[in-house]
Amino acid sequence: MSISEAEAAQRIERPRVGLFVTCLVDLFRPSVGFAAVKLLEDAGCLVEVPAAQTCCGQPAYNSGARGEAIGLARQTIAAFEGFDYIVVPSGSCGGMIKRHYPKLLEADAAWGPRAKAIAAKTYELVSFLADVLGVAKVEVAWTAKAAYHDACSGLRELGVREQPRKLLGSIAGMEIVEVADRDACCGFGGTFSVKYSDVSNAIVEDKTKRIADTGCNMLLAGDLGCLMNMAGKLSRDGRAIEVRHVAEVLAGQRDNPPIGGKP
Amino acid sequence: MKPNTLAFKANASRALQDADLQHSMGRMRTHYVGSITNARAKLPEFEALRDAARDIKNHTLSHLDLYLEELERKVTEAGGHVHWASTPAEARNLIEAICRHANARTITKGKSMISEEIALNAHLEKAGFKVVETDLGEYLIQIRNEPPSHIIGPAVHLTRGQIEADFRRVHKHLPESRNITEPTALVDEARNVLREQFIAADVGITGANFLIAETGTSVIVTNEGNGDLTQILPRVHIVLATIEKVVPTLEDVSTILRVLARSATGQEISNYTTFSTGPKRASDPDGPAAYHIVLLDGGRTEILASEFREALNCIRCGACMDHCPVYHAVGGHAYGWVYPGPIGAVMTPALIGIGQARHLPHASSFCGRCEEVCPMRIPLPKMMRYWREHDYALAKRGELPQRALRYWAWLARRPGVYHRAFATGNRLLRLVSGAKGLPKSLPFAGGWTKHRDFPAPEPGGTFQTQWAKRQGRGA
Repeated sequence: MSISEAEAAQRIERPRVGLFVTCLVDLFRPSVGFAAVKLLEDAGCLVEVPAAQTCCGQPAYNSGARGEAIGLARQTIAAFEGFDYIVVPSGSCGGMIKRHYPKLLEADAAWGPRAKAIAAKTYELVSFLADVLGVAKVEVAWTAKAAYHDACSGLRELGVREQPRKLLGSIAGMEIVEVADRDACCGFGGTFSVKYSDVSNAIVEDKTKRIADTGCNMLLAGDLGCLMNMAGKLSRDGRAIEVRHVAEVLAGQRDNPPIGGKP
Repeated sequence: MKPNTLAFKANASRALQDADLQHSMGRMRTHYVGSITNARAKLPEFEALRDAARDIKNHTLSHLDLYLEELERKVTEAGGHVHWASTPAEARNLIEAICRHANARTITKGKSMISEEIALNAHLEKAGFKVVETDLGEYLIQIRNEPPSHIIGPAVHLTRGQIEADFRRVHKHLPESRNITEPTALVDEARNVLREQFIAADVGITGANFLIAETGTSVIVTNEGNGDLTQILPRVHIVLATIEKVVPTLEDVSTILRVLARSATGQEISNYTTFSTGPKRASDPDGPAAYHIVLLDGGRTEILASEFREALNCIRCGACMDHCPVYHAVGGHAYGWVYPGPIGAVMTPALIGIGQARHLPHASSFCGRCEEVCPMRIPLPKMMRYWREHDYALAKRGELPQRALRYWAWLARRPGVYHRAFATGNRLLRLVSGAKGLPKSLPFAGGWTKHRDFPAPEPGGTFQTQWAKRQGRGA
């Protein structure tokens, strides 16, 4: 008999969760990490942050540096495989571990099975809260008209679409609006944003225009790279939209200024 | 056509400044994304059909030799001829020879991407034939002497105003007083000009969306009917196709057709789906006296044996480019060769060499929408990544991006050093990011700050630093 993921989670009294912080959160926006810790602890998890973690290897992997990516994948697996779950406040890094590690190490008799095992228990933060822990609402009040942007990896590699909308919908005062052609990329794409800067700019310009067209005063997403890209563009164009990671809002963490400073 | 793919960045920057192009691309994006999404949503079994379509092609590619031989047998039985060509040059020469043998003067053409790939028009014109494209979009780019900018909408980059100007430039008979600003008037004008060519043509050349092994049939999927006139009216019909176009049975084609039109134009089925088997039989009211299929390998055998094999499942619907943010931004010509968009980023390096096309697989944000909409489930981002790996292996070790990447990976393999470096980096970034953001001279930051502000790190140090403190306090 098979059991659902939620049932499995309940059987572990207090799941030990390893938080994979991600490079961008570590360097630019620690508050996302602390918001993730709060959300996980509130949901009954024991959260640890292994110091042996660095980068998931995705920049190397997507640059064609397979060997370097494999080295980092092994390091990440070794640092995290002892946890019940690995949770990532990013669909992009989460997708790397969950979808790409098994393929990257497929041919490796020793590491292949370990990659598969870690992939099976790795989740993007919001989908982990909703799908695995069964969190249906948060006790937060925050008045805003917010556009939610589906970051591509979370959306397409991990199926993160309705979970954040549902949890954000439980915030008192929060109205979620949809952006036209919402499945379209924001133009970030990691190194793509600097290597093909003009093209990336055209894409983010279109995206931020569509965001502004909704009349929102807040922009939320689950990936810091995309958020920094859109926040940077909104700020350059003088559009007063408050940009935040979805975890910060779900955790009710409003002391820190939004991404890119004002408003 | 001579590849211009190494100039991708310059091509793209020019495209971004081109107001006509930007207008056309905006319109095409809205139109295609909307129609295709609706058409897919209306068919509950669409996802199952995608699996079935992919399985058919996978099966066929695994037994390609058998199906190609069966195709040849059936075509011959029906009175047609199959000609095998390994290279584009062989295909061009074969077609030229057939045209000469037919004493042809005028050649009409239906839309064929393979013809673009092997630069057939230039070859035939040089050999003295009059070649007329009869697909409206192909006709437009022919009179403009441009390559297609989209695999099913070759002239999708043009505005109505540009088309009118081209017609006035080329169609000398057009009285200035005649109004041709409306789309119907433009189509009427093209129809009038092309009708004479259909009647004058000695040879008609078409591509093939499919070749059916069990019946020896070529299939074309069109909306204008020009393809039918091209293959039925002239004395000789030549089908130009690459070897991966073969499918086993009529039933298989029916399955794939159900995903093709929906993914291409958002139609349930195209206006015309035409099956041609052999030349005119005694009982047929019309049709060509001779029927030839020129079957080109053109590098497909090599692709078949490589990690890019699934790209041969492509049915050329264009959905990947219709949904690609990079394609939307820069249009098809920026890609610099015949196939634009994500499928172009995979096929172009395979056909002209990664050294000639190294930008294309890199010029993607890996958003994955192409794979999501591909009716054949071709893993396009994965294949672009494979090309990046080839490029990385070929790149000189001294190239800056490669050096930077290796240094960074070295660092990331040493967590203690890495965290200290991050803490320092965090402090430096805080220091240099004033209200104005980062200065443009920092390595790699110019590409960012040219168009965007750089969000400064939050105060308080890196997460790891703060976490260590919190743990130290026993929080």
